[in-house]
Order: sequence, then C-alpha cells, then structure tokens
Amino acid sequence: MEHTTINLNLKVWRQKNAEDKGQFENYKAENISTEMSFLEMFDVLNEKLINEGQDPVAFDHDCREGICGMCSMHINGRAHGPWSGTTTCQLHMRAFKDGETITVEPWRAKAFPVLKDLTVDRSAFDRIQQAGGYVSVNTGNAQDGNALPIDKKNADASFDAAMCIGCGACVAACKNSSAMLFTSAKVSQYALLPQGQPERTTRVMNMVAQMDKEGFGACTNTGACEAECPKEISISNIARLNREYLNAQLSL
Amino acid sequence: MAFTGIFLILFLIVHSVANSCIFLNDSGETYNAVAHFLSHNWIVRFLEIGLFVGLFAHIIQGIMLTLANNSKRPIKYAVNAGNATSKWYSRSMGILGSLLLLFLVIHLKDFFIGTKIALYSGDAPHNLFEEMKEEFSNPIVVGVYVLGVVALCWHLIHGFSSAFQTIGINNPKYNPLIKTAGIVYSLIVCIAFAMMPIAFYLGWIS
Ligand code: SF4
Ligand code: FES
Repeated sequence: MEHTTINLNLKVWRQKNAEDKGQFENYKAENISTEMSFLEMFDVLNEKLINEGQDPVAFDHDCREGICGMCSMHINGRAHGPWSGTTTCQLHMRAFKDGETITVEPWRAKAFPVLKDLTVDRSAFDRIQQAGGYVSVNTGNAQDGNALPIDKKNADASFDAAMCIGCGACVAACKNSSAMLFTSAKVSQYALLPQGQPERTTRVMNMVAQMDKEGFGACTNTGACEAECPKEISISNIARLNREYLNAQLSL
Repeated sequence: MAFTGIFLILFLIVHSVANSCIFLNDSGETYNAVAHFLSHNWIVRFLEIGLFVGLFAHIIQGIMLTLANNSKRPIKYAVNAGNATSKWYSRSMGILGSLLLLFLVIHLKDFFIGTKIALYSGDAPHNLFEEMKEEFSNPIVVGVYVLGVVALCWHLIHGFSSAFQTIGINNPKYNPLIKTAGIVYSLIVCIAFAMMPIAFYLGWIS
C-alpha cells in the first residue's frame, strides 16, 4: 500500500482524576502515517505534549496485538473505532481521511468509572469472573486428554465464547451499559464443556448476581454489543445464558 | 418482559381476527355476533382479567426496566453510533411503548368502557359495529388510530424476536424463521388494524 501521511484534528476527553468533571480538549495530530495504529497516533501526540511540558493523554494498552483487551477507546461514537471485529490497537490510521476531526471518549458506564482521561476502571469484570468463572480441578496427575469425550460442536462453541478478551466494548456500545455479552461468553465457555458441569448452576446464578450488583444495565436485545465486539462474540451466548439462568432457577 | 410480551402477542391475534369480521361487509352482523359472544362468555371474561394483569405487568416491567437502564450511564457520549450498530426501533421500545400506552387509554375510552357500561347497565343490545362506524367518521380519530398502529408495528417487530432471545431460543437453524415470522406477524396484524378505521372512513364498509 502506498505510504501517505495525514493531518487530523482530535477532540479528546481529558479528566484529571476520578473526581474531576472533565472536558474535551482539541489537539492537532500532524504527519500521521496511514500505516500507524490508532494507539501509535496517540504516542505521537503524547511525545509532543511531553516535549511541550504538558500532561500526556492517559490511555490503557498492553499487548497492542488485539489479545489483551486493554485498549478501550470510544472513537467517533464507536467502541474501538469504525472497523468491526477490531480492537483500537489494531485500528489503522488509513481508516481516517486527511483533515478529519476524531472524537475520542472513554467507555461510558456507571460500572466503569473513569480514572483519568481515557482510562476506566474495569475491575467490575474481574469480580464477575471471580464470582463463578472457574472450574474445580482435582489434585493429582493430569487426566489423560482422551478420557473426556467432547462433542466437536460444543468444543467449537466453547472456544468461540472463550475468545472474549474482557475489553468492555459490549458494555460501552450498549445503550443500557449491559454486561450480558461478556458474562454470557464466560458462562457459555464452561457450560459447554464437561469440566464446567459441577458448578454449572451456581456459576450462572453467582455471575449474574455479581453483574447486577456492579451496576450494569439489563439486556434489551438491541444487538449493539455483538456488532461492536472485537472478537465477534455472538448474542446466541446471551440466549444460552438466559437458558442456563432459567434452568438454574428451576433446579435450585 | 418476554413472557408478558408473548402473551400480548397471542392476544393481538385473537383481537385482530375477531375485528376482521367487519371486512365481511355484512353490516356488522358477524362482527356484532362475535363481540356479543366474547363479552358474554364467562371463559372469555375470565381470560380478560388475565389480559389486564398481563398488560399491567408488561407496562410496569417496561417502565422499571427503562428507568433502571437509563440510570446506568450517568455521563452520556458526545458522539453516538446511532443506527450503525443497532436498529432505531430496538433502542426505542420505551418511547414506542409510551406512545402505545397513550393510544391504549384513548382506545379503551372509545370502545371498552362503552361496551362494559352497556353490558352491565341495560339490556339494550350494544351495537359495537355502529359505534366503530361513528368513531371512524372523524378524520382525527382515524389519524390517531393509524399512528397508534404504526407504533405498534415497530414495537412488535423488535418485541417478537427479542422475546425468543430472552427466553433462550436462539438457534442458527431457526433464527431466520423467527425473524421472518416476527415481521410477517407484525405486518399482517398491523395492516389489518390500520385498515379498519381507514375502511370505515372511506366508506368501504357500511
Ligand atoms: S464480549 Fe466482546 S466486547 Fe465484550 S468484553 Fe468480551 S471481547 Fe470485549
Ligand atoms: S492493547 Fe491489547 S488488545 Fe489492544
């Protein structure tokens, strides 16, 4: 691809700390290579801010290869920007036009309070996971792999659910700030495997209870989560969660 | 929401089929007979209580759900995805539902209360067909009814498939069927309802 550079106007949410009210600031990002990632563009901006003695924009990132789920940014109204099935770190600047104004906001949800600028606290997800996202394993030697027959279809569906990287885009994209896609992926991943059976009913009850406690909204099936999920987790997992929950309620 | 919604979806089938008797164009003879049967049969009377309970539950659940969900994002986004990630009517169930509630109040005042008064106060046979004819000679009433039915249609198109998802029915084999059935159902029911005031107004039915 031909190498070009573009100039952009950025409108970025700045907020000193969790208590600060926060506001948008305008920045110019100049000579940005279209082959850069969105985060690299922010690196360039931050270099400039540091050189000018200003506070750089705080944002979360870690792997920068689309697997850790840290890079939460709401770009022009879209979680992780305009490309579907993509994290912010995998979003490239060729997605934007020269001279474009890009608005960058943090995830907005009561359960994800802003810590600073674009960084939000997503520990609510950790607590949902801790409430039931585990399996009990007996001590001793590992069992022979072939001793546990698993239907290929279930193994695939479980693996698809396990693709969730806990990025929070589903919550950010949902008009209700619902965490159903995340929670359903975590519940499905175990419900479909024999290893997940011992805690099957308590898992779904506990994880949903924790999800409600954290202040996430309820699902109204708009499907925005599925459209924005970088790992393309399907809302069929939410239906599975609803089934599991109904079954658990009836069986407890 | 889903269980009460499915219940109301089923009710609308009965309601639209019964009302469609006016299209037989027999001066409302069949229609009045059906209306008379429905209002004098004790099983139907009993089911009617269930209908109001279901309707009331659906409304209360809807209000509580909307209020709770709206409070989960205290600071809104400056830029929203809009229709890029979801359908407008799926995001507007609360507003569509509120419109329907307003419409329902008008609708019950128009037809339900009069019928009940006639049922319990006197023995003069109540001619619901004539009442409809009179109501729908007013273009404003016709307009309100058509708007109400349009809101109902969008509400149903999302509600139908959404109800299946909520009770856990989501299977790649049947999803297209559920979606299509939902759209076909919503269109048939709503076109039938919309045609009633229009047909009276235009004098197609006499
Ligand atoms: S379901 Fe998708 S959008 Fe939600 S946390 Fe997991 S990977 Fe992110
Ligand atoms: S930084 Fe790890 S997914 Fe983007």
